[in-house]
Amino acid sequence: MARATTTRRKALMTALGWGVAFVIFFPILWTFLTSFKTEAEAVTTPPKFLFFDWTLANYHEVNSRSNYMRFAMNSVIIAFGSTLLGLLVAIPAAWAMAFSPTKRTKDLLMWMLSTKMMPAVGVLIPIYILFRDFRLLDTHFGMVLVMTLINLPIIVWMLYTYFKEIPAPILEAARMDGATLRQEIVDVLAPMAVPGIASTVLLNVILAWNEAFWTLNLTTTKAAPLTAFIASYSSPEGLFWAKLSAASTMAIAPIVLLGWFSQKQLVRGLTFGAVK
Amino acid sequence: MGSINLRQVRKSFGAVDVIPGVDLDINEGEFVVFVGPSGCGKSTLLRLIAGLEDVTSGSISIDGRDVTHAPPARRGLAMVFQSYALYPHMSVRKNIAFPLKMAGMDEASIEKKVSDAARALNLGDYLDRKPGQLSGGQRQRVAIGRAIVRQPTAFLFDEPLSNLDAALRVNMRLEIGELHRELGATMIYVTHDQVEAMTMADKIVVLQKGRIEQVGAPMDLYRAPANRFVAGFIGSPKMNFIEGHEAARLGAHAVGVRPEHMAVVAPQNSDWRARVTAVERLGADTFLHLRSDSLGAMTARAGGDESFELGSEVGLRPDPARLHRFGPSGETLAA
Repeated sequence: MARATTTRRKALMTALGWGVAFVIFFPILWTFLTSFKTEAEAVTTPPKFLFFDWTLANYHEVNSRSNYMRFAMNSVIIAFGSTLLGLLVAIPAAWAMAFSPTKRTKDLLMWMLSTKMMPAVGVLIPIYILFRDFRLLDTHFGMVLVMTLINLPIIVWMLYTYFKEIPAPILEAARMDGATLRQEIVDVLAPMAVPGIASTVLLNVILAWNEAFWTLNLTTTKAAPLTAFIASYSSPEGLFWAKLSAASTMAIAPIVLLGWFSQKQLVRGLTFGAVK
Repeated sequence: MGSINLRQVRKSFGAVDVIPGVDLDINEGEFVVFVGPSGCGKSTLLRLIAGLEDVTSGSISIDGRDVTHAPPARRGLAMVFQSYALYPHMSVRKNIAFPLKMAGMDEASIEKKVSDAARALNLGDYLDRKPGQLSGGQRQRVAIGRAIVRQPTAFLFDEPLSNLDAALRVNMRLEIGELHRELGATMIYVTHDQVEAMTMADKIVVLQKGRIEQVGAPMDLYRAPANRFVAGFIGSPKMNFIEGHEAARLGAHAVGVRPEHMAVVAPQNSDWRARVTAVERLGADTFLHLRSDSLGAMTARAGGDESFELGSEVGLRPDPARLHRFGPSGETLAA
């Protein structure tokens, strides 16, 4: 009897799970489907789900109107560049916090994280003016810099939690064995922290790829990434849903695929600090 | 090569004085054991010598050279950790070669030294394995291998055997002793196990609350402990302490007598009588746990073949030459 109940319960929970997953996934699916519709079919009521005239016209149109590859390249430069720069700063920082903590280390970590809670728009004007005066507007370097600073608290936090799991005696052994600080970090700490560094890289590439507030406000053409590419298809000439969907699909495809193939690492990254 | 001198070495963490000020001389080639209960500061003292902790004040010198502020690598010491602290991502070969690589030695010499060490430690078949694929004893051997290849001035051992099972511990104890005789190098060994201290040391340093209670050869500490703490810590089973009327009669605040220095006799043949509360048979010996109103709880040793009944009364006759007398603050009183 008990067994029958559990089986039915399991089936119910499975159905519920799939239901929730479908609801969450639906906007992406709908964007994908809309990108193959004509502009007229994209706005019909009732909406057409699968039975419409599939067309690639939107993709052709989007491709002829703007240079997708240039935007994509900018996204790659900003996402990977800022993650790399962030790691260079965050690995020594997290090392210091994990292995020679002081009384204020926890406070410092909390303070770093708290900067993420501030609304970005609150510092838009000072940053915009700084960027203007230092001629960083619409430059790759400027965007890499701002994205690094935005994600640095998360990079430091993630690495800190991974480093905390590495037993301190192993690093002390390296010190006794004559390793310099650089050798200790490069030859001993980093190889042991590879899984953690990998998930940190992944999560930060995704965050930087999807960031839209700063990229939209600080770029125009030269350094504009895919977020700006999507935005160029909404206003001001009115909304073209099908073309907007095609642009969105093209913009998110690389990062969705990256996420898809690295799910295992990602889950560990997203739940960092949850267990220990 | 290998003398170590500590002068007024003090270590405090915030307001807490972990080591209030220690003077200690370790001679070349000596096997010195730091022993004491947990939290007595023995590991901290070792880490201060290693350079893994900074001294708050005082000085440390090795072979007459002041190394108080030198980084660990510059002190010429090698350390074996309780948790082995092997590099998990490197093979056994690379683990042992690591200090040589750090010293910038050429590949051919490294290869030769690693294979020599591996042969000496019976690790030849495991050189290409990762530490995760080894047993506890093998890991400890790799840690020792990593320490010996660089021919340090002195070896530091931080409770290296406490993660091993009892049988393996006895083996490794002998192996480390043998290593000491072979290399003739100074060794400092930290343990909370007084048996390890007694069997391995040339010189035992007994610590309590960061202070040195006594320094001396194992048998000197056993025969002539400086105070009640050392008397109770060295020797197994523990020394019996008797206070009150019986101690006062012998002119002391407390009287100590080791279980092995009391004969167990018939009750009518002795002034000290006690009731048997537990009997532990070890084969060669029998340990009796006893209780009496005038003496308190005591332990006595009897032959392995003698039999005792729980609750029965026995007499105890201490060897008068082996009675220890202590004053009110625990100090040993002259005989």
